[in-house]
Amino acid sequence: MLSYAIKRIGLAFLILFVVMLGLFSMVFVVPGDPAGVALGPRASPELRAQLTERMGLDQPLHVQVANFFANAARGDLGYDVWSRRPVLEMILDVFPNTLILGLVSLGWALVLGVALGCVAVVWRGTFVDRLLGVLSVSMIAVPSFVIALYSLLIFSVWLGWLPAIGAGEKGDIGSQIRALILPSFAIGITWVGYLARLVRASMLEVLAAEHIRMARSFGLSERRVVLTYALRLALIPTVAVLAMGLGSILSSAVFVEAVFSRPGIGTLATNAVSNRNYPVVMGTVLFMTAFYLFVVTAADLVIARLDPRVRDVLRS
Amino acid sequence: MSSGPDALPGVAEPAREEATEEAPFVVRGAGLRAFLRDPMGVTGAVLVAAFLLMAIFAPWIAPYDPMALNVMNKFQPPSWQHWAGTDQLGRDLLSRLIWGSRTALYIALVATGVSAVLGIVLGMIAGYGPRWLDAVLVLIFDSFSTLPMILFALAVITVLGPGKETLILVVVLISVPYYARLIRAQTLSMRESDYIQAERTMGASAFRILGVHVAPNVVGPLLIVLSMDIPVVIMLEAGLSYLGFGVRPPEPSWGNILNDGYVSLRSAPHMVIVAGIPLVLSTLGFTFLGEGLRDALDPRFRRFGGPR
Repeated sequence: MLSYAIKRIGLAFLILFVVMLGLFSMVFVVPGDPAGVALGPRASPELRAQLTERMGLDQPLHVQVANFFANAARGDLGYDVWSRRPVLEMILDVFPNTLILGLVSLGWALVLGVALGCVAVVWRGTFVDRLLGVLSVSMIAVPSFVIALYSLLIFSVWLGWLPAIGAGEKGDIGSQIRALILPSFAIGITWVGYLARLVRASMLEVLAAEHIRMARSFGLSERRVVLTYALRLALIPTVAVLAMGLGSILSSAVFVEAVFSRPGIGTLATNAVSNRNYPVVMGTVLFMTAFYLFVVTAADLVIARLDPRVRDVLRS
Repeated sequence: MSSGPDALPGVAEPAREEATEEAPFVVRGAGLRAFLRDPMGVTGAVLVAAFLLMAIFAPWIAPYDPMALNVMNKFQPPSWQHWAGTDQLGRDLLSRLIWGSRTALYIALVATGVSAVLGIVLGMIAGYGPRWLDAVLVLIFDSFSTLPMILFALAVITVLGPGKETLILVVVLISVPYYARLIRAQTLSMRESDYIQAERTMGASAFRILGVHVAPNVVGPLLIVLSMDIPVVIMLEAGLSYLGFGVRPPEPSWGNILNDGYVSLRSAPHMVIVAGIPLVLSTLGFTFLGEGLRDALDPRFRRFGGPR
């Protein structure tokens, strides 16, 4: 277990290193210099020189690479080109908003998805199962930001039930929850479909196992078998997917945050792209990649602890 | 959903090489029958065909010029003259949506096509090449796969500036690692199979083995993945165009029409409503088609990971 943990964590760091190298070299792929990109074509040469110096771009390449890694290791992701605030501070300011949105979306999707998956298994092969199958695929396919726009139109603009923009007042839990409903609905719906399918598939696999046949032969009802015996085992692959899900949800929150003008990582990055605020964009990508790697690695370690067979997978 | 009893599993496909003239036709016929029995797959195929026709024949189908301004006639709700209403500059929305399908499908098909070719080549190199090269490539694939898709897209857009070409590049950079991983795994398993070993002992070059034997067998499963990834690309194009980082106005894209609609959501809600419809129908169509194909051909293969 220890050697697996060391390998897995080492791999995570290696991947992070490659990602950083990739992000760093992207700056040099650009035709023209990054300072020029940030300032736009009509900037004066003096301003451009000033920014070049401030971003450390006048130093030799190997010094820049070394500085980039040394700074990132210390948590220094550079400074906002315009306000000169540290990028990490800006990210940590809005990150809780995005994290809460992701967790709430995933949370309700998990409850409903598992429930629908169970329903499909209990009535497998019937019309209900087929209907749920089509419904799940549809939920996976429909883009979340279209759902965001439609629900914004219906529930905020026409009915006026829920707020259309923002993340609620600071300190007012009620308004924060109300501001969460529509965005988390738009993001979570995809995952309801996905989890329902996943639970159904892995549960059907589990139901073929010996101990389930045993339980059946004792005359337990189908519902009892599905809900108490099969579900427990079927949830293991679901947990693994949830970790990846959190990562991908945080990224897909970009569009939904834009629709609801909700402060968060997505809005931060979007505004930074509009202002060509290069360090903020890069810092956000790096931060989210590191966060995703952390979550996935942690999940892998938990699963390996539960299931020894997994530990061999890394070798393939 | 299980496939029909006469649907041959995709694993049987290698036999095709040695089979007689009629054999491949039988295999295809069985798959096709299974596909036609699945209402979801057929719905998907019909939707996809409709959008393809719409994209190809946009200039003849669209009732108006998608760029023609008529400011006197702006924000008109749907009517007999303008079935989908008009936008903030009085342009006919139906025409813009029809032309938008051309934009969406062009980007989706070009981007996934290029990604597929690169994915097959890199995947086969990783799966068949020396071990050290495999290790390096897998590390690069895995690193790319951990990048948060949409944020990475934003980073590339900051560097290269918005536009269709940037969008295609972003999709290629994101998809190639996934496809290459898939192809690599298949190449690895095929590499040990008896008929490849036999071919190798007879002195066939790596190029011949990969080109003649491996490539045709990995393309089938990949097509299903591609069909399921096209909606992701359509969504990405629309989303980034919505944010103003994708297709530049005045060129019509479902995403920038949605954004125009968002700006005037209160006064002219019809814009958002009608612009969302083709987006939903096209992503549903491609996903249903992919599901139907997978169920009909039944290769032992599941899409890895969740919705990206």
